[in-house]
Amino acid sequence: MTARARIAVRRDNGFDLNLSLDLADGEVVALLGPNGAGKTTALRAMAGLLPLTDGRIVLDGRVLDDPADRVFVPPERRSVGVVFQDYLLFRHMSALDNVAFGLRARGAGRVQARAEALEWLRRVDLAEHADTRPRSLSGGQAQRVALARALATRPRLLLLDEPLAALDASTRMQVRSDLRHHLADYAGSALLVTHDPLDAMVLADRLVVVEDGRTVQEGTPTHVARHPRTDYVASLVGLNLYRGSAAGTTVLLEHGGQLTTAHPADGPVHIAFPPSAVGLHPREPDGSPRNTWPVTVAGIEQHADTVRVRLDGVPPVLADVTTAAVAELGLVPGRQLWAAVKATETRTYPS
Amino acid sequence: MTAGTRARRGARGRLPVVLVLPAALGLVFLVIPLLGLVLRAPWSTLLDQLAQPEVGDALRLSLVCASLATLVCLLLGVPLAWLLARSDLPGRGVLRALVTVPLVLPPVVGGVALLLVLGRRGILGQYLDSWFGVSLPFSTAGVVLAEAFVAMPFLVISVEGALRGADRRYEEAAATLGASRWHTFRRVTLPSVAPGIAAGAVLCWARALGEFGATITFAGNFPGQTRTMPLAVYIALESAPEAAIALSLVLLVVSVLVLASLRERWIGGPT
Amino acid sequence: MIRPSRLAAVAGSAALAALLLAGCGGKDTPAAPASGSSEASASATGQVTVFAAASLTETFTKLGKDFEAANKGATVKFSFGASSALAQQINSGAPADVFASASPTNMKQVSDAGAVTDKPTTFVRNRLEIAVPKGNPGKITGLADFAKPEHKTALCAEQVPCGAAAKQVFAAAGVTPKPVTLEQDVKATLTKVQLGEVDAALVYRTDVQAAGDKVEGIDFPESAKVVNDYPLAVLAKAPNSAAAKAFVAYVLSDKGRAVFTKAGFDTP
Repeated sequence: MTARARIAVRRDNGFDLNLSLDLADGEVVALLGPNGAGKTTALRAMAGLLPLTDGRIVLDGRVLDDPADRVFVPPERRSVGVVFQDYLLFRHMSALDNVAFGLRARGAGRVQARAEALEWLRRVDLAEHADTRPRSLSGGQAQRVALARALATRPRLLLLDEPLAALDASTRMQVRSDLRHHLADYAGSALLVTHDPLDAMVLADRLVVVEDGRTVQEGTPTHVARHPRTDYVASLVGLNLYRGSAAGTTVLLEHGGQLTTAHPADGPVHIAFPPSAVGLHPREPDGSPRNTWPVTVAGIEQHADTVRVRLDGVPPVLADVTTAAVAELGLVPGRQLWAAVKATETRTYPS
Repeated sequence: MTAGTRARRGARGRLPVVLVLPAALGLVFLVIPLLGLVLRAPWSTLLDQLAQPEVGDALRLSLVCASLATLVCLLLGVPLAWLLARSDLPGRGVLRALVTVPLVLPPVVGGVALLLVLGRRGILGQYLDSWFGVSLPFSTAGVVLAEAFVAMPFLVISVEGALRGADRRYEEAAATLGASRWHTFRRVTLPSVAPGIAAGAVLCWARALGEFGATITFAGNFPGQTRTMPLAVYIALESAPEAAIALSLVLLVVSVLVLASLRERWIGGPT
Repeated sequence: MIRPSRLAAVAGSAALAALLLAGCGGKDTPAAPASGSSEASASATGQVTVFAAASLTETFTKLGKDFEAANKGATVKFSFGASSALAQQINSGAPADVFASASPTNMKQVSDAGAVTDKPTTFVRNRLEIAVPKGNPGKITGLADFAKPEHKTALCAEQVPCGAAAKQVFAAAGVTPKPVTLEQDVKATLTKVQLGEVDAALVYRTDVQAAGDKVEGIDFPESAKVVNDYPLAVLAKAPNSAAAKAFVAYVLSDKGRAVFTKAGFDTP
């Protein structure tokens, strides 16, 4: 483990955060939860921007915060980088100087810092914007500068606070895919705070779902999606998500099977659709659905309004059906059915 | 621009009479006395009045002292404003009130207070005199000190306001990048409140330029040494009111020129 | 624009002087005069309004009280200020009965405007004196010390009466003074002495007297050559001319003279 934290923060207004986070070397963990769950508070505590009320944060064997032992390492002396939600790029500095800032602050000479910063900008494909002021950068570019700035100091732990929330839907896909690559290249551990399950599932190796200051579930994205422990988690992460390779409107899935989408793409992609988009039929349907494949019922879970059915097949899939349909289709584990998904219900994202 | 937005602009541009009337009165109230100075100025003898070497001396002294006083205020006042805005010192409210005292204190009393502390027999001044042979009263340094004393609150208040309005998360971002508090202050905080500092410095300079009471009380009044424009105006008023008006006009013109040019360059206020 | 600062300046110095006086116990405040009969006047009634130079504040206030005590039914109201300002107010129609000026120049402004009935009378004279801080730390002995750069000295600016008088004195003595400051009025000059900021200053004798024991006076021979006359007159438009005449007579009486002498004035 490179980072091990038990974070307890209490405030007079009744806010009470108490969770444990462990990050392995090179692991990307997503802290997923609704607004006000305490995700950002946890991130600020890790960064040293907020002292713990109780608990302990250890990074690479070094205690960063332990109120019981009266240990508190201020943010500037932690090897922690942060990408803030609205990036907080210094407005009076060029993109290059923003990236060089951390290096200069840590004692690097001006020339060396700028050379190194330029290299970081090149890595995020923004070398030509080195002299641009933040207000002239697009949202996606600003996000990449913020990432480069945080990574330039080579932190052992990278914290990302809703890194995609400030972007519009069209840039978001591209930036998410870029971010995925950069996180893959990054050697340290990363903690990603988000309320968007798709971001979490695409970017993270492991999910920690937080609700009201407590961890409600944790595990790999697939595991959490397939075995949601609470209604909240089920509705939050109820998403069929696959990785594959696209050629036009056909996507060959990584673990077998193929799906047809409405939007042509090429190369590696993520393809996703909600469980409510999956139709279940006793025999092979004909007509409009462009994707049909045989599946076997693996499990049935009753949730608030719907029933979620776990189905094995190529690929495996989650489907939400009404209570009436359960009886009508005779849904029991082991029952053989056909799954159908319209091409227009799927979304693809470059990965 | 569409017709719709233009129409809305127009609606917003219409000012209510309730505001326009007192605004116009206020403007007249401020401008009329200045107009009086201009109208009653001894235009025919103006050049002769101003050609006297004492006028140049006083003007030069005023500009130098006001600028040095502003510099002193910046060096001491900006950190003070930071302390008031950012520290969690107990009794900060009291400190803030103390800092603003020179605003309400009659400047003459300020001058007397300075004498009691820094004068030749003053609480600190006696040691300055006997140990270092430094005597501040009746010196140009004394003028700078008196002006700085009176003008500093303008800078502190302005900078403190800017600091309070600044987004502290930028400082947090700097800290996560490894910047010490000092580095953060220098590279992040200061640039972000630069407009506030500029505005404060301009106010401070203007106040110092017009300073009279504390200067004449603490630094005295000697041509070329401590007689700044306001002092020259006052003394001239005793014997030759026309000369006083001429001197005032010079002060007026110089300050308006400097303030107007600074405003455009630094503060960038809408014109 | 300028006036208020001057008022503030005067008020400030006066407040400080008062503070210093209070600090040293007010030992030297003028003693009450010998109890007197009211031989100077028949009983006057009504209100007398007196415009008097600021340097007469202490003496005239005292005389006013004595006059009221001697004349039941009479009240004296004072307006003290710079003689130049008072003269201007009188010429602008201020309802005053008596004008006591610190300089013949200002009295002349009033008489030239036809505002006085009789020829003004010089009732006191003031002359300059060297004022030094208590104990005379600068070891000042005479006017010649004002020319020595090792002494810090203060003078009134030439533009105000005490400065003009000082200029004449130095001219008469053949001394070129090297002051560190030229103050805007005599009180401000004296303040610098009281605080020990200068080794010596040239001010009026009455000011040295009024300053109490924080300041010592040193007389010098040339002071007799430059004497400042204080003229006094009843005004032509006096609302209460009978009582005004009675007050003037009281000022000129032996009892009045005693008060002025005590305060450091010369009486003719």
